[in-house]
Amino acid sequence: MEILDFYADWCGPCQMMKPTMEEFKKVHPEIKVTAINIDDEEEKAESFEVSTIPCLVVLKDGKEVNRVVGVQSLKKLEKLVK
Amino acid sequence: MKYDVIIVGAGIAGLTAAIYATRAGKTVLVLEGKVPGGQIINTFHIENWPGDLGISGVDLIQRTQKQAIDLGAKIEMEEVEEIEKTENGFRVVTEDDEYAAKAVILAVGAEDKKLGIEREDELTGRGVSYCATCDGAFYKEKDVAVIGGGNTALYDALYLADIVKKVYLVHRRDKFRGDEALVEKLRKKENVKFVLGYVPGEILGEEKVSGLKLVPSGKVDGVVDDREIIVDGMFVAVGKKPMTEIFADLVDLDENGYIVAGEDCRTSCEGVFVAGDCRTKNVRQLVTAAGDAAVAVNAITEYLSK
Repeated sequence: MEILDFYADWCGPCQMMKPTMEEFKKVHPEIKVTAINIDDEEEKAESFEVSTIPCLVVLKDGKEVNRVVGVQSLKKLEKLVK
Repeated sequence: MKYDVIIVGAGIAGLTAAIYATRAGKTVLVLEGKVPGGQIINTFHIENWPGDLGISGVDLIQRTQKQAIDLGAKIEMEEVEEIEKTENGFRVVTEDDEYAAKAVILAVGAEDKKLGIEREDELTGRGVSYCATCDGAFYKEKDVAVIGGGNTALYDALYLADIVKKVYLVHRRDKFRGDEALVEKLRKKENVKFVLGYVPGEILGEEKVSGLKLVPSGKVDGVVDDREIIVDGMFVAVGKKPMTEIFADLVDLDENGYIVAGEDCRTSCEGVFVAGDCRTKNVRQLVTAAGDAAVAVNAITEYLSK
């Protein structure tokens, strides 16, 4: 399982979510989390049709299985990958 | 554990209340279901918070949160589902746990009002947005619509006009609630088109927004036919709604859902106090939210010493 974490430096909610993502990574070392700065990787954001950040896309075997926009708590992240 | 005070909401009102209550020697738990900070974290540059010109919402909240924790408050990221009055206080039920408190402060704030049309939720993040400064950058060289007639809508349209190809400003009346000066600025923008007398009836597009079907609002004479606009994004700015629904049985709410309380921040339920944007009041600003917090904690201290 992999999580794509679409963010930008100018996005307040994305900054607020950083500590939660860090904690999530500690709790779930088995899940790969890839942070994607939408300003640097515009094409990737476009290919996933991301138009609101923060946006988390959950991939399983390379396929999208879940997606959420907006800030998530650690507990909500847990539910997302279940 | 039983707390002296449970504060619901970790925006500027809730966090300031935590600071005041811990300093008054109370044990404090703050419960937040979404994200600390609330609305202000979308603001990059705050000019009306005293003492720090240009601070960002995120910095302000992170500092205030740290201050509350350093002073002894506990913050849990849990959504409150129910508050019940008990014999000697309150039972607060969250999504994962249950807590007891002698007194409660509701500082739940407000969120963006939705249009309430079909597929709005489904397409949020796929063309439907409630925050122009957050998502505007995704629409470079594209056409977008802004829905609303207040200052937020006007500011959004101005902001977007500098980024996108074309902005349709859709408003149900032909007059704006927002400032005339902003309307004038918009009129001077060549890529802003006013679409007045219409409301969105249907969002077009399968996987993402590709357009909007607009229907006459009935508020402007001569506007009678439906029309369609082709847009990649729709920014909804039709006002705020307090997040108070679950407290309707606990405290009195006004017709718009705001918790009824005067400047003393006391609600209709003894032991429940209110602070910030979710209270009935005229001015909803950071400083008035913080002001409410101090007043509410003062009232709580009085209440608990009875």
